[in-house]
Amino acid sequence: MPNKTFFWFFLPTGLAMILFIGLPIISTGIQSFYAQHDQIVKEVKKCDPFGCTVSIVVDNEETSKIREAKPLGKFNGFGTYTDRNHLAVEEIKKFWNETESFGAFIDQVTNLPFYKALIFTLTYCLFVTPNVLLLGFIIALSLNAVARKIRGPLIFGTILPMIVTPLVGSLVLFWMIDSQGIIGANIQNLMNDPYLSLKSSKTLTWITIIIYGIWHHSPFAFVVFYAALQTVPQEPVEAAIIDGASRFQRIKHIVLPHIYPVVTFVALISLMDNFRVFEPIIGFSAEGSAQSLSWLIYDNLVNEEVILFGSAAATSIMTIVGIAILLAPVLIRTWKEFRIAR
Amino acid sequence: MDYGLDKKTTSLKTFNTIFIIVWLLIACFPFIWTFWGSFKVRADFFSRSDWWYAISAFNTLIETGGKFTTNAYSQAWTEGEFWKASKNTVIVTVFVVSISLFLGTLGAYALSRSTRNYAFWLLILALIFRAMPHITLVSGYLFPFFELQIWGILPTTIVVLVAINQPFTLWLLYSFFKTVPRELDESALIDGCSYFQTFRHIIMPVMWPGVITAGLFSLMLAYNDFTVTALLLNQENHTMVPKIQSYLGTNQHEGNLMWAVSSVVSATAPLFILVMFFQRQIISGLTAGAIKG
Repeated sequence: MPNKTFFWFFLPTGLAMILFIGLPIISTGIQSFYAQHDQIVKEVKKCDPFGCTVSIVVDNEETSKIREAKPLGKFNGFGTYTDRNHLAVEEIKKFWNETESFGAFIDQVTNLPFYKALIFTLTYCLFVTPNVLLLGFIIALSLNAVARKIRGPLIFGTILPMIVTPLVGSLVLFWMIDSQGIIGANIQNLMNDPYLSLKSSKTLTWITIIIYGIWHHSPFAFVVFYAALQTVPQEPVEAAIIDGASRFQRIKHIVLPHIYPVVTFVALISLMDNFRVFEPIIGFSAEGSAQSLSWLIYDNLVNEEVILFGSAAATSIMTIVGIAILLAPVLIRTWKEFRIAR
Repeated sequence: MDYGLDKKTTSLKTFNTIFIIVWLLIACFPFIWTFWGSFKVRADFFSRSDWWYAISAFNTLIETGGKFTTNAYSQAWTEGEFWKASKNTVIVTVFVVSISLFLGTLGAYALSRSTRNYAFWLLILALIFRAMPHITLVSGYLFPFFELQIWGILPTTIVVLVAINQPFTLWLLYSFFKTVPRELDESALIDGCSYFQTFRHIIMPVMWPGVITAGLFSLMLAYNDFTVTALLLNQENHTMVPKIQSYLGTNQHEGNLMWAVSSVVSATAPLFILVMFFQRQIISGLTAGAIKG
């Protein structure tokens, strides 16, 4: 296809992506260097028969005037990145000097909002992704063994958790697990602890969200693995059976190597999706004990008084850096393959 | 693996059956339970005293005189203005699906027929864009949209959703276009068709399965989106998912939590019916990228 024709065919979609994915990333980058204006205060002298008092009040008129003149806020350089709500450079230095043991230092650092969110996001990715792969593979194997006739409805039931939006999925589970729901109430009865509830314990909340993640993402892994299993050639499997290989050996030495490229694909996609975990935190109303990077950005953007554009942008940029680190191995591999192919 | 050589023992078969039943229970029961509970009053579905009330409908009987009530639905759709939200969802979904299919088919066709290096790099760039968390993009939109005064209205959200959807649509359609043999294009070009005529009259007619699959995924993205719609639309224009969330925010009000329950059912039901009919296309779409690419 000539370059010119390609250009005209690709222009609409390219323009859409540049305008609404490329530019916003740049805009986020610029915003991250600005911070919202401080409120302008003025001294007001108030005199009554007993003498004069000077009080400091917010000058609303001046404040809104400067906000209108410079809507982006004041230039802050890397200030937002290093403040307490983000990388917290000062605080970490302080903790390093003040704390006695390394454990105490880690303890202090993980209480800072950004690191707290980072640790939750990474924990979520770390636990959900491998379990999704494992559960998806087991479901695919086991559905592949049932009679063809009844597979259709079984597959429909299996992919339900995946097709609903994460907010709805997590709400549906939350209403059951909540202390007034069917599962939550029964666990309370079973443990004989009427105060046992999701919100009371940080560990329980984390476990619930991770279980939700596995529940939500496994169907995706299942669908891809199931399709891949259909392409496994039968002859080597039959040969292995004749040679006396056990079922486990067959899976390990014939099936898994065959579908290996697909496994990397699923792992990559679910890692990307898990890194942006956000809706379940709202669905489970777990803001108190579990915060993710995406949730921090959301929280800044729905701030009541002033929208914290700068703060949200700084977290966004660091999230993008995180995604880049996750994707780097894949990109480097693709580039190498591409160079060899040329 | 249903071939003669592979003999399964009875215990293995039983184990397999039990596993599938347990998994299906885990996967489906929450939805069945929510559907059941949406016809109860709040005191039953979220019972403080006894969870069995949700089944025996103790309070529903007292409050409404029947074992099932559709109060939550009628209130959410009228008082809660869920009708408005669903109208907005329909508008957003229809436009997002048609625009992204139009842009996506053109772009993906060009990518699949180009032999240059830049086509490969554009695909990689699309993959990187696909990895961007939507909330980071939203934080980039908000400020410019406020300044341009295009925040809060449906057209902005539609365009944004189309753009966010493009990378995935491109990849999906690209792998479908790759399966259409190039000889088809070449013969049309020799016969004197322009590239656009070839695309329109020769390639598109054989591409319908791929287009339907891509359309379904655009539909699911637009229909299910929370991040973009919640932050880019004003109260008046909210679609279903942010609307459901807004019912949660005011749950001290007696009726509202049940509104959320019934709205969840109302919002999920069309999606489930759709998936029931198009299950094959969805599965082929999810696997297209993995198996062929």
